[in-house]
Amino acid sequence: MSAETAVKYVTEIPESEVKRVSEWINSEDYKEKNFARQALVINPPHACQPLGAELAAHGFEGTLPFVHGSQGCASYYRSTFNRHFREPAPAVSDSMTEDGAVFGGQNNLHEALENAYTIYKPKMMAVFTSCMPEVIGDDLTAFIKNARNKGCVPQDYPLPYANTPSFNGSHVHGYDSMLLSILQTLTAGKQVEGRCTGKLNLIAGFDANTGNYREYKRILKEFGIPVTLLADISETFDSPLDGTYRPYPGGTPLDEAADSINGKVTMTLAPYASNKTFGWIKDNYSGTHVSLPTPFGVAKTDALLMKLSELFGKPIPESLKAERGRAVDAMTDSHQYMHGKKFAIYGDPDYLMGYVSFLLEMGAKPYHILCSKGTKKVEKELQALLDSSPDGKGCKIYINKDLWHMRSLLMTDPVDAVIGDTHGKFMARDANVPLFRFGFPIFDRVNLHRTPLVGYQGTINMVTTICNKFIEVRDETCEDRHFEMMR
Amino acid sequence: MSKAKLKKVKGITKESTQAMIDHAMEIYPEKTKKKRVPHLAPNEGEGACVKSNRKTVPGIMSARGCAYAGAKGVVWGPIRDMVHVSHGPVGCGWYSWGTRRNLMSGINGVNQFAMQFTSDFQEKDIVYGGDKKLKVLLKEAHELFPLAKGISVLSECPVGLIGDDINSVAKIATEELEIPVIPCNCEGFRGVSQSLGHHISNDTIRDHIIGTREFAEPESPYDIALIGDYNIGGDVWSVKPLLEEIGLNVKAIWTGDGELEKIAATHKVKLNLIHCYRSMNYMCRVMEEKYGIPWLEFNFFGPTKIRESLRKIAEHFDDTIKAKVEAAIAKYDPIMQAVIDEYRPRLEGKTVMLYVGGLRPRHTVNAYADLGMTVVGSGYEFAHGDDYERTSPEMPEATVIYDDASEHELEQFVDELRPDLVGSGIKEKYLFQKMGIPFRQMHSWDYSGPYHAYNGFPIFARDVDMAINSPTWKLVKSPF
Repeated sequence: MSAETAVKYVTEIPESEVKRVSEWINSEDYKEKNFARQALVINPPHACQPLGAELAAHGFEGTLPFVHGSQGCASYYRSTFNRHFREPAPAVSDSMTEDGAVFGGQNNLHEALENAYTIYKPKMMAVFTSCMPEVIGDDLTAFIKNARNKGCVPQDYPLPYANTPSFNGSHVHGYDSMLLSILQTLTAGKQVEGRCTGKLNLIAGFDANTGNYREYKRILKEFGIPVTLLADISETFDSPLDGTYRPYPGGTPLDEAADSINGKVTMTLAPYASNKTFGWIKDNYSGTHVSLPTPFGVAKTDALLMKLSELFGKPIPESLKAERGRAVDAMTDSHQYMHGKKFAIYGDPDYLMGYVSFLLEMGAKPYHILCSKGTKKVEKELQALLDSSPDGKGCKIYINKDLWHMRSLLMTDPVDAVIGDTHGKFMARDANVPLFRFGFPIFDRVNLHRTPLVGYQGTINMVTTICNKFIEVRDETCEDRHFEMMR
Repeated sequence: MSKAKLKKVKGITKESTQAMIDHAMEIYPEKTKKKRVPHLAPNEGEGACVKSNRKTVPGIMSARGCAYAGAKGVVWGPIRDMVHVSHGPVGCGWYSWGTRRNLMSGINGVNQFAMQFTSDFQEKDIVYGGDKKLKVLLKEAHELFPLAKGISVLSECPVGLIGDDINSVAKIATEELEIPVIPCNCEGFRGVSQSLGHHISNDTIRDHIIGTREFAEPESPYDIALIGDYNIGGDVWSVKPLLEEIGLNVKAIWTGDGELEKIAATHKVKLNLIHCYRSMNYMCRVMEEKYGIPWLEFNFFGPTKIRESLRKIAEHFDDTIKAKVEAAIAKYDPIMQAVIDEYRPRLEGKTVMLYVGGLRPRHTVNAYADLGMTVVGSGYEFAHGDDYERTSPEMPEATVIYDDASEHELEQFVDELRPDLVGSGIKEKYLFQKMGIPFRQMHSWDYSGPYHAYNGFPIFARDVDMAINSPTWKLVKSPF
């Protein structure tokens, strides 16, 4: 530093400046500037592809997720699932480092396959990529073929692999790619002319609510429809504590998954999280192929049950009819606490569609709808849902925006509540409205991933959670003279 | 320190520990065994008894993170008045968003920025490069967050692989925006663990920050900086008042709840007090060489070490400070004794195994001892030889030391030693709880804290007791 340069002192930001900016970030003017952003993304609620790939991998029996790339990636994905489910999430990486950039990742992949196979004895390893091999252009097909020839794993060992670049799509797309590769691998050569398992293959999509998987199974049991849940994480991420650690406590049995190609019906309940997979299934699986929206709310559950009844020639069970009645009863009994309430909602496309139909059924307004990784198709379907109800009027859809955009919306055009995941807690606090954690991930509440949101029971759960929270807020904030026995 | 001074643990001998290690190695392929064996050893009481800071063996299920994690999560991320841009695809910034518990004061989005800022690389950015996008987003960040004192640009893997030049973009932006924009080439594939990310970040502080400011107030002989405290669960808010109570002026904190300009003026302090040696010894050495500032390692876990450390700190100052230190010890000793009296009877004789990072595998050993507990195994995710040298004298004789342990090794060791508590990270937590073994996350204080200094110890003691003596453990074995 030259002698002429004045010494720069540590400065304090004046209180008045802090106050001015605090107010400014809540203003229309700020919102305009915020929405004019071209390059900076702030608080996006979506993660990258490999995270989704790992979830799909965890959904199969004895399967070890395998990250081809830097080891830090694997630690990040694992921690995310550990925090959300509060369960173990074993996965390995092949720890690519600088020399991988020069020589490619084949040596790492081979050494890691041999080690993981020997040490952790998985029945299958599901390989997916993080950034590094994607950028340098590793040839997974060749690498894996060479691994078999070298004897790192047996020749016939199932090794599905998916390219899941983080600079493209989101966790939802990684889920889709991994699921597709797993099904392609397991079903190869398993199609038997004339064979029909009589079963339903059900795809739940990137759904990190183990309660939902159990709910699907329960509904199908009521029906008496045998099911193969494709990528069943319900046991993997909700395993008993009994003094024994089991690295692979659940997942779709591999032979069942292999036989799924001979299924009677293959149904996806997450069209956006299984787009590629379902497209391939349509061309390759026997039986009927059906795509339905995730069954949030009564109408979408009705559609699911009617479809199941039609496809399997079974009447809708009385027990489920009664359940429907109870759901409608619960909704009617509590409609007054939700009617006309405005909600800001964000999440993955399949869940978002569900929130919108559910809210509209309750006479609530899905007022700000934000999809941080969406397409024209997502927007069109959301708009169609809004157009189907008078309560959809005035509600707006924001595609490829982030939660800092949403914060501006909450501050300039307020709502009564937010539905999303833990990441929305800061903006919800700033806007002084409740946040309902129905999405993924949930890092700051316990056991919510066990509470189903799908089906009639899921609908009751959502209504109960939302309405009671509104009542609680009223109890906590009302004047003494309005603090009443009854609500 | 002579070996004779080491504590002994009943049933643990050099032979028993070696046999346990050998047993864990049996399953490994020959090549892997050869690589792993030097990283595992019975404690010898002096020197580094294991090899460390080597590449992770692929496929063994390591708990390690990456250089980016060390830069974003550890060193840069906790500085509260800066915008930290995760430069590259969306994931890295998303995973490290709010998941370290480095708490911050201030108003979020106004003068404190615990948020996820990313350039959200898409395919086209990989193909055409991200420099242009970076240039635009720096401007946008400055416009939307005018009170941010600076911006760090933390590179993710693709940035280094596609040959972007974030350094020149940052240089231009620094001039145009008139705030420091610091480029940090901390791509996750660099080095072997988080550790290189710490080092790279220290270097960027050296190259871009230190010496660029001075404190406005007149200097005093009691000016110090608190280095390597990241305010996990509010640790800094427990340590700073104690240092002030003994008469010191805490001029800057690196980096928990830290402020950029104060960090920039740290070359004016008289002593650097360093807690996490691993992540920040680099800058302490730089400040010593360049500005002649001495540095001192200390340990604020548990009353015994706090007392020792306070007296060590006092040695660097005059009698006023010495008197204040003695007064503080006299004041807190009975309070700490009450905590010990409450919890020690419930914890006496219990054993612990640790597997963490930074300083905790050695620094917390004596805090457990204060509660009557013994650490029977310890290790680090990303330590170097000098960390293990510092660990050996703290650990009991012949107890197992593990470096960059695989999940298999940890599981084997815990299964064999059956400690009453495991202190490790989120990836290990549920594995051991399923085994029926009490667990505390010792990176994040398991959503509790602070654990540092006198205010932290009662919380630490309560948490350890709660984990071990929770009645839920009695329900694990069903009666049928």
